[in-house]
Amino acid sequence: MPNTILVVVEQREGKLNRVSWETITAGQILGAEMGLPLEVAVLGNNVASLAGELAAKKVAKVYSLESPKLEPYTPDAFAAALKQFLASNTPKFVLMPHTYQVRDFVPKLATAMGRAVISDCIGYKKDGEKLVFTRQMFQGKLAADVSFAGDAPWFVTFQNGAFRGDKVEAGASAAPVETIKVEIADGVIRNKPQEIFKEAKQAVDLTQAEVIVSVGRGIKEQKNIEIAKQLAEALGGDLAASRPICDSGWLPMDRQIGSSGQTVAPKLYLALGISGAIQHIVGMKGSRTIVAVNKDSEAPIFEIADYAVVGNLFDIVPPLIEEVKKAKAGG
Amino acid sequence: MKILVCMKQVPQKDAPLKLNESGTWIREDVSYEVNEPDAYALEEALRQKEKHGGEVVVITSGPARAQQVLREALAKGADRAIHLEDNAFVGLDAFNTAKAFAAAIKDDIFDLIFTGLQSDDYGYAQTGVILAELLGWPHATIIMQIEKSDGGIKVKRELEAGYFQFVNMPLPAVLTIQSGINKLRYATLIGIKQAKNKPLRKVTLAEVQSAIGGNLQKIERLYVPQKTKNTQFLEGPPGEVAKKLVEKLRNEARVI
Repeated sequence: MPNTILVVVEQREGKLNRVSWETITAGQILGAEMGLPLEVAVLGNNVASLAGELAAKKVAKVYSLESPKLEPYTPDAFAAALKQFLASNTPKFVLMPHTYQVRDFVPKLATAMGRAVISDCIGYKKDGEKLVFTRQMFQGKLAADVSFAGDAPWFVTFQNGAFRGDKVEAGASAAPVETIKVEIADGVIRNKPQEIFKEAKQAVDLTQAEVIVSVGRGIKEQKNIEIAKQLAEALGGDLAASRPICDSGWLPMDRQIGSSGQTVAPKLYLALGISGAIQHIVGMKGSRTIVAVNKDSEAPIFEIADYAVVGNLFDIVPPLIEEVKKAKAGG
Repeated sequence: MKILVCMKQVPQKDAPLKLNESGTWIREDVSYEVNEPDAYALEEALRQKEKHGGEVVVITSGPARAQQVLREALAKGADRAIHLEDNAFVGLDAFNTAKAFAAAIKDDIFDLIFTGLQSDDYGYAQTGVILAELLGWPHATIIMQIEKSDGGIKVKRELEAGYFQFVNMPLPAVLTIQSGINKLRYATLIGIKQAKNKPLRKVTLAEVQSAIGGNLQKIERLYVPQKTKNTQFLEGPPGEVAKKLVEKLRNEARVI
């Protein structure tokens, strides 16, 4: 069945992750525009109920690729299962969410098929006859429109938040579901994954914070974190950081915002000396009001800031603490 | 253990970038540095060698300037280096970069290959995984810990939202390394001196040309992203800016 769009969704323990719905929205929009039917595939062991949930959406067909060897996830099994499936079902586009799991197997799958992946896209557009996919480069400082030069199927992964998961259209009637038992030969799976776990020391929950003061490389030294802490206290908020600060051990890992840390959406997010690499932005772009202080006027953080201060944070923060205290005292 | 570390030279984090005339790449005249996750990959390789013995080899592709990354790695303790030297390597997609690396190391035998988890310029996060598939090796990505185990290694994978997972895997294998896995060392004076006498093999484009093909993806246009938000820039002396900002947060955004 050529000339389709296939979305491969991601599930864990029988639940689809949020970004899978976003990718289905992407598939619905792209399908409508290109006149291509949208099909969805879900991989796992006993994923029939998920297939049913997906079939209620506006999709042409749902495939559930089943094997006990697909649980727990391994890149070998996932690549083998999808390669097998794509040998007989040849879509034009294969869309997936840009999750850690997809990053782990999709380059392997595409390589095994001699195909390319345009990864971590934030959208697409038509450039004449050509379809180009937009992705951030140089840590978000620049954007690129990228096209496929080789043969289909073309693999695309979309960044968290690129499309609205709540905009998935429901179908008029349930789409057909086909269950395919995939054969994964002994010896294909080489990795032996153990149970997933959370580090016990991860104690701070920033997801409920209303105000977050977050520091990045611009803070320069560990002892300087004190002024950010004072600002957070004045605002009645929590202190957080971008990854490099936690990597340096200046703040514990459970204060980290971003793809590998916590995803937050406070009323107020104050970014001090944070350049705004993509991995950080995905963890905080849902904040209601974003204030950015950075000495580099071209820092990507300013792209998403509501209020921007180009300058030295060590000049701005001390008077800011005083002004906040005054405002709070004044009721 | 014999470990190969794939490294990349990228523009410095706060370097202002200028587009080239065709608007498809940046101009060469910026300052460069080592891709940060690759520095952690090198450090991890050096630590593994210190624990288990063996050899650390570093490889990069790019024009003459990229040699700096290899020199720094040799100064920190890598034993030898491989430089695929040509301007054309800058424009290769991840698929072809991995193919060029595979061709350049075909006469070497490694137990492990490390890459940083992604590059700060392209950010495709693919080269390591592609290389594993080309070599027919298992791989694991976003690694935060590596231990030797019976018949292989045990690695700690970082998952999303603070989750982790241990994975046992056989050797040889490819691992993509996450920043923060260890503490980076500085090169010592003696290391810098010794680096000058360490072997650095240059590989020309012609030597690997037959292994690579046309790019499977093409950058049509590179540009400064359009702002989607109506950002208010506050200017003036710090005291005034602080006052304005608090006033706006209070009366306009109503968040304090």
